[in-house]
Amino acid sequence: MTYALAVEALAGVEAPPRAQAIRTLVAEMERVHSHLLWLGVTAHEAGFDTLFMYSWRDREAILDALEALCGNRVNYSVNVLGGVKFDVTDEIAASIHQAIDILHPRTVHYLNVVTHDAAFLQRTRGVGISTPQQAELLGLIGPPARAAGLRRDVRADAPYAAYAAYVPQVITTTAGDLAARCEVRVRELFESYRLIREVLNTLPQGELTTRMKRNVPPGEVIQRVEAPRGEALYFVRSKGGETPDRVKIRTPTLCNIASVAVMAVGAQLADVPLLLAGVDPCFSCNDRTVRVRQAGAGDQLLRWGQLRQYGIDFYAQKRTATHA
Amino acid sequence: MQNLILNALEKAKTWARLNSPWVLHYNSGSCNGCDIELLATITPRYDVERFGVKLAGSPRHADVLIATGPVTRQSRDRLLRIYQQMPEPRYVMALGACALGGGVFHNCYNTLGGIDAFLPVDVYVPGCPPRPEAIINGVVLLLQKLKGEAVPHGEPQPA
Ligand code: SF4
Repeated sequence: MTYALAVEALAGVEAPPRAQAIRTLVAEMERVHSHLLWLGVTAHEAGFDTLFMYSWRDREAILDALEALCGNRVNYSVNVLGGVKFDVTDEIAASIHQAIDILHPRTVHYLNVVTHDAAFLQRTRGVGISTPQQAELLGLIGPPARAAGLRRDVRADAPYAAYAAYVPQVITTTAGDLAARCEVRVRELFESYRLIREVLNTLPQGELTTRMKRNVPPGEVIQRVEAPRGEALYFVRSKGGETPDRVKIRTPTLCNIASVAVMAVGAQLADVPLLLAGVDPCFSCNDRTVRVRQAGAGDQLLRWGQLRQYGIDFYAQKRTATHA
Repeated sequence: MQNLILNALEKAKTWARLNSPWVLHYNSGSCNGCDIELLATITPRYDVERFGVKLAGSPRHADVLIATGPVTRQSRDRLLRIYQQMPEPRYVMALGACALGGGVFHNCYNTLGGIDAFLPVDVYVPGCPPRPEAIINGVVLLLQKLKGEAVPHGEPQPA
């Protein structure tokens, strides 16, 4: 969707209202599937496999609805330049309503689990706290930022597709710990359910696509959307013609993953997988990581034995420092 | 006599393998789509654990290597290494368009092609990503191969 929006902006084309609404619908459905998936993975990392199995079972409901809409479970390819490929018929709308009807009470249960389950809270409450200042400094985005109290959501800040008409409530908490990140994501599910229902009930009539220009004029554009994990940013440059000159993608994980190193300070080693899961990392997206460092500025080459010795010395020093 | 015992042992081993093919999942450069569908296959709706299929944490415990994604330059050595760490007999299942031949990453500067460019692949499961049903079908084909039955090539499986 981000790419389609970016190229449309370059070409000066706008998708018809029905297409924009369907884009919004699918984006929210994707958020539902992604958050449920995340809940399962996090529960698994916390050693709570029952919740993993439950949430993935319920996730199938929304996947069925997506499949009814576009014929695929994971890669929907709903967007085309200038509009969308698939229409929401009454039948499909009914199946999506049905999926939401199933998921809503389940999500009430999940909210109860992540905010009240004693065992789960022992793993999450007070763990990996990031203050609003830290979050600001680290440039957090998406649910981790909102859990730290930052009101940051591209859907509300710079509405795209049909989000100007379907305004999401930005959900924030102040605690900034893992439990808060869980709570924010689960509460966002309710917001997505509301938006999905609203879009389905007020879907504008009309075309699915407009004519897209064959040749996109030269220019540059930056397009942002709020992906389930946070802000995704596309930079597209055209030199005119059919193919882009450059497409640069910045995925949300890239912004959030470095924060783990800060949040993990003082936590237990066993908390690290959970802290990682807390930012909802997409490791494939991190393949885009580029590490720039100044050549020669304090670089050291350590052999395995030296590294081991360094570790031992480091912790010995740390122990004496804390005892002193 | 000795032969008899060995035969019986072999049969018992095949029986055990058939009833509990443990799987090692390795992502050699996949976009995560295939990995998620593989995980969905072990969750309640599809639940392959009831057939004894289980994700193993270590290559040394695994019978089947399920590889997703194209082979990237970085992951090639790791892929080969974990394959070598698996005990014999070992089987390989290539999952998804990328694992089959590079998929959308075909001809990228950092990918080297599909899994079968480096490892002997027993079962190919196409799709982007393959549906859990397709993955289960792949496992069934693999079990047939384990049993030593002829596995049809190219033809869809009769239900
Ligand atoms: S086959 Fe599709 S889903 Fe699987 S790794 Fe390749 S692009 Fe991703």
